[in-house]
Amino acid sequence: MSANDTKPLRCATAGSVDDGKSTLIGRLLFDSKSLMTDQIAHVDEASKRRGLGRTDLALLTDGLRAEREQGITIDVAWRYFATPKRRFVLADAPGHVQYTCNTVTACSTAEVAIVLIDARKSMTEQTRRHLFVARLLGVKSLVLAINKMDAVDHSHEVFVRVRDDVTAYLSALPKNLRPVDVSFVPVAALTGDNVVEPTRAMPWYDGPPLLQHLESLPNDEQLDAGARFPVQWVIRPQSDDHPDYRGYAGRLASGTLSVGQQVRVAPKGRETTITKIETARGDVAELTAGVSATVHLKDDIDVSRGDMIVALDDGPRITREIEASITWLHETPARVGGTYWLRHTTREVKATLESVDATFDVLTGAEIPFTGTLGLNDLGRVRLKTSAPLCVDAYRDRRATGALVLVDASTGETVAGAMVLPE
Amino acid sequence: MSRLPGHLASLEDEAIFVLRETVASRERPVLLFSAGKDSILTFHLARKAFAPARLPIAVMHVDTGHNFPEVIAFRDAYLKAADVPLLVASVEESIRKGRVADVTGPRASRNALQSVTLLDAIRDHKFDVAFGGGRRDEDRARAKERIVSVRDDLGQWDPKSQRPELWDVFNMRLRGGEHLRVFPISNFTELDVWEYIHAEKIDVPSIYYAHTREVIERDGMLLANGPHLTHLAGERPIITRVRFRTVGDATCTGAVRSDATTIEGILEETISATVTERGATRADDKFSEAAMEDRKREGYF
Repeated sequence: MSANDTKPLRCATAGSVDDGKSTLIGRLLFDSKSLMTDQIAHVDEASKRRGLGRTDLALLTDGLRAEREQGITIDVAWRYFATPKRRFVLADAPGHVQYTCNTVTACSTAEVAIVLIDARKSMTEQTRRHLFVARLLGVKSLVLAINKMDAVDHSHEVFVRVRDDVTAYLSALPKNLRPVDVSFVPVAALTGDNVVEPTRAMPWYDGPPLLQHLESLPNDEQLDAGARFPVQWVIRPQSDDHPDYRGYAGRLASGTLSVGQQVRVAPKGRETTITKIETARGDVAELTAGVSATVHLKDDIDVSRGDMIVALDDGPRITREIEASITWLHETPARVGGTYWLRHTTREVKATLESVDATFDVLTGAEIPFTGTLGLNDLGRVRLKTSAPLCVDAYRDRRATGALVLVDASTGETVAGAMVLPE
Repeated sequence: MSRLPGHLASLEDEAIFVLRETVASRERPVLLFSAGKDSILTFHLARKAFAPARLPIAVMHVDTGHNFPEVIAFRDAYLKAADVPLLVASVEESIRKGRVADVTGPRASRNALQSVTLLDAIRDHKFDVAFGGGRRDEDRARAKERIVSVRDDLGQWDPKSQRPELWDVFNMRLRGGEHLRVFPISNFTELDVWEYIHAEKIDVPSIYYAHTREVIERDGMLLANGPHLTHLAGERPIITRVRFRTVGDATCTGAVRSDATTIEGILEETISATVTERGATRADDKFSEAAMEDRKREGYF
């Protein structure tokens, strides 16, 4: 299997301030030879100008002025690199609590979360927050990189202690948030031990280095579920060449869709048959999830943007009342009873925030009763009522049709991301 | 069904998804087209996204007046073949109207002036969204750019108050005076672009291929000698075999020494390249650590 035949592995990285995350990423890029000489020269020069004794690999990723001035990462940076075996997309999220919304952003599309821990400090509140957010956002695999092992004499005991702390935290999470796949890799990003190259400093560790471990992780795919095809746009050329052409453009969110298949157009519910599926690479008999396509239907029925072409069996829940986990992303706190724009797949409707039923204590992972404010970086559970029906799935089963974004109706700002809970 | 490698197919599907979401959500989209490889790729994907219907997006070139003649000839022929009309927003025109003052001196580049011309054109034509060919692998500031990015009424980008962008659910809402910049090929790398151009047999201007050209060597870069380039003391033109990795304003776009006369040759050079495309070829990014961020803040694409 070569890098060209596989989908890239989408990774989010998170760490507390000074855990050495930017250094780790710099090391991954540097040691996998994904950096160009001018990028390295630039970092060398910038490090010298700052009077640093050693090349600061963090300067590779911290590109914004404010980041360089404060020596911290503020915004999510997107990086691409490849090994002969695998392509990677890294969403590098800053660690500080005030930038939790960036951890949320990075985790929203990630299949793997790489969470950094400083071996000297073990778990901090930030670590708990990162682990909690990753699981709340449905990231399947967690990779704990226990960093700065060089600063604890490469001690196996320290590694085991950190691993046990993390394991205890994760197993105390609510059942639906407990991770499926967790792994621990001891590393020293500064010296490069166990990041790309194996290390001799930790003979007690018999697993692969971090990069090799990432190469072996599976993509997060589900193929055997009923189709969800949100319609983005109706293509009607009305030209002499194509007088009667009418195709429904969209990207298959999950499942498969085949020519000849009986389908339902939700939410209204008319049934019809798929007659043709066009993609950017030609016509296909079967469409797989993630592929953009233009679908043709046998019957001339009313289908427009925001409708969803779905499987007859195993269809979505059609509802105006939704219970969801929520991450609040804006300085203005949630207004209970307030109305927001709600964006779900290709549909935008008005939604009322009926109630905030609980917030999460990230230190323990437990729900606590709502005390009156759901503000920036708070995580909670809410009820929403929409002005028109949505075709939703539980987020834990299908991310694309379980994800909601709330937008402030007066400012246009994105205020929250929400994940539909099971009925 | 054509055989496109899996990673390029995913990138193609994502770009088409973004193009359709944007056009469906806004009223008056425009695609910024310089006839550089990234804008050609964006245009190509936009046509695929809405085929067989006509492109529901206007196409506009922000013209600095300092062009490579081959690129302008390519631009016109390419769009004519596609039967798509072109709008030109001219920096020369902005200078004549007194909207901006021309820059002078040997290191003068009109790159920064483009922002004013672009914003004027967006206002005049009432565009509410401009598609660009920006990619996140180009630069440290670009790496932090959203796919859908809001510009205020002065066209400014505020990197500290970007909207969070979760999943692929894009917030396309605007307040009066604001517009969106949307980057459908954000996640392509330089190598992906060339691999895609190769796989899809897309034409690009001849200056991307190796050719013999008179150049001036300055700051470790090869700048095309021409009427718009003022020489520094002691600079002598040399004739050598080069190609361009990016296409921009002729006064600040550097060439690289090359023998690649085919796409295969370019791919080979890109795979073994040891310098980034901007590091090799953009004089304007060398002035400071955050040159791109500063230009973007002021409305640059």
